Amino acid sequence: MGVPISVTVNGQHRESEVDSRTLLVQFIREELRLTGTHVGCDTSSCGACTIIMDGKAVKSCTVLAASANGSDITTIEGLAQNGELHPLQEGFKEEHGLQCGFCTPGMIMTAVQLLEDNPQPSEAEIRHGLEGNYCRCTGYHNIVKAIYHASRKYKEVSHG
Amino acid sequence: MIPSEFEYCRAGSVEEALDLLAQKGPDAKILAGGHSLLPAMKLRLNSPGAVIDISGIGELSYIKEEGSHLVIGACTTHGDIAKSTLLSEKIPMIVEAAAEIGDVQVRNKGTIGGSLAHADPAADWPASLLAGEAEIVLASSSGERTVAAVDFFQGLFTTDLGENELITEIRLPIPDAYTKSTYVKFEQPASRFAIVGCAASITRSNGSCDKVRVAFTGVSSTPFRDQAVEQALEGQAPSDDNIEAAAEKAAMSVEVMGDHFASQEYRKHLAKVYARRALQAVLS
Ligand SMILES: Cc1cc2nc3c(=O)[nH]c(=O)nc-3n(C[C@H](O)[C@H](O)[C@H](O)COP(=O)(O)OP(=O)(O)OC[C@H]3O[C@@H](n4cnc5c(N)ncnc54)[C@H](O)[C@@H]3O)c2cc1C
Ligand code: FES
Ligand code: FES
Repeated sequence: MGVPISVTVNGQHRESEVDSRTLLVQFIREELRLTGTHVGCDTSSCGACTIIMDGKAVKSCTVLAASANGSDITTIEGLAQNGELHPLQEGFKEEHGLQCGFCTPGMIMTAVQLLEDNPQPSEAEIRHGLEGNYCRCTGYHNIVKAIYHASRKYKEVSHG
Repeated sequence: MIPSEFEYCRAGSVEEALDLLAQKGPDAKILAGGHSLLPAMKLRLNSPGAVIDISGIGELSYIKEEGSHLVIGACTTHGDIAKSTLLSEKIPMIVEAAAEIGDVQVRNKGTIGGSLAHADPAADWPASLLAGEAEIVLASSSGERTVAAVDFFQGLFTTDLGENELITEIRLPIPDAYTKSTYVKFEQPASRFAIVGCAASITRSNGSCDKVRVAFTGVSSTPFRDQAVEQALEGQAPSDDNIEAAAEKAAMSVEVMGDHFASQEYRKHLAKVYARRALQAVLS
């Protein structure tokens, strides 16, 4: 059964017709071919599928594409601007915030909201903010450092 | 994992949602945040013929003061409740409960109405709503009714909600100024659902505990107010001994659950520990 939807993804307007049971992550990966958003657990636990929907980090494996109608979505592909890495992407690169990289897009998208809500988080706040994201490689330390790195960069940008 | 086929219906207003519920009958399911329903549908534990999406109904998402009550729209997310300064000033246990639910992504989507309708025995909301003497407003195409939280929860995944009814609002009486409240829980480490959750709200006057409300979630298949604990402390001065004696009475009147997360004995022990912590926190 086709459900018409209209969404903005990474600044681009998209119109489509989806099956009622299509999950948002499937729509993003299979129809829009934005495969940076990953599916880890498919059971709302691991956070690999996290995207920003209307300003909030959500697990796109647990949202119907049909429900996303009218929303403004940012995926990992939408972060870099004019070939320049987003401060979080740079932080993950500089601080070795990834090993296999599977969890990274979800970690970064969750951190986007974390830094928006709290631009200068403490280490404890960063760890708490990542409670919905699993990493099976790094042991988290470098991920926390990467986000801290980005928060300092944000500070430089906003205070000149 | 993909849910089985269903008809998708988007409701733009409460009225539309109620019409759709009446039209589609018992085979239809309301979809709010989807964070209980969609996982169940993906596992094919639930295969509704029609899904009525209320997530876009703006008029169901609010937190406001209305006379002697604070009222919360059914589609308000856990995340928005966790950030409410109005609630944090007047009934802090509500904000504490919201902030303890799942993780940030779950709180961004999951709604208070959805959690109440789902009635998971390990859900966080029931304890603070019972201790806060909340009322739940239910609407159907034939009208509206208000049910006290104590009468709403009836058992494992079972509530007083009728098939053609929609939860529209949660109403909390504003406690008087000398009231303190808190919510504490022992969480399942992966999902963060409550193995034991305890809410306490105490009004004091002249140094003694005037009104005591203590409620549990996670302990028994139905969340409950624990009158034995309440009565043990009511009229008493808040001393360590009195708190200890009251907490010892926790979960005496209910059938305590046991499962692979926590045995019956362990849960019962935790109920006492968390009752003590909650009472200590509000009386300190
Ligand atoms: C990884 C994970 C961790 C979680 N951890 C916790 C936790 O620690 N504590 C906790 O309490 N919960 C937890 N949850 C559950 C979460 O809080 C859900 O959001 C909540 O239980 C359901 O709310 P929803 O808005 O998502 O409802 P939905 O999934 O949309 O709906 C759930 C049920 O309620 C019905 N329904 C929804 N809204 C209404 C309404 N207004 N009127 C009538 N019926 C309605 C639906 O038909 C369905 O049967 C967790 C969930 C996940 C995925
Ligand atoms: S794939 Fe969505 S939370 Fe794991
Ligand atoms: S880097 Fe491999 S899962 Fe996180």
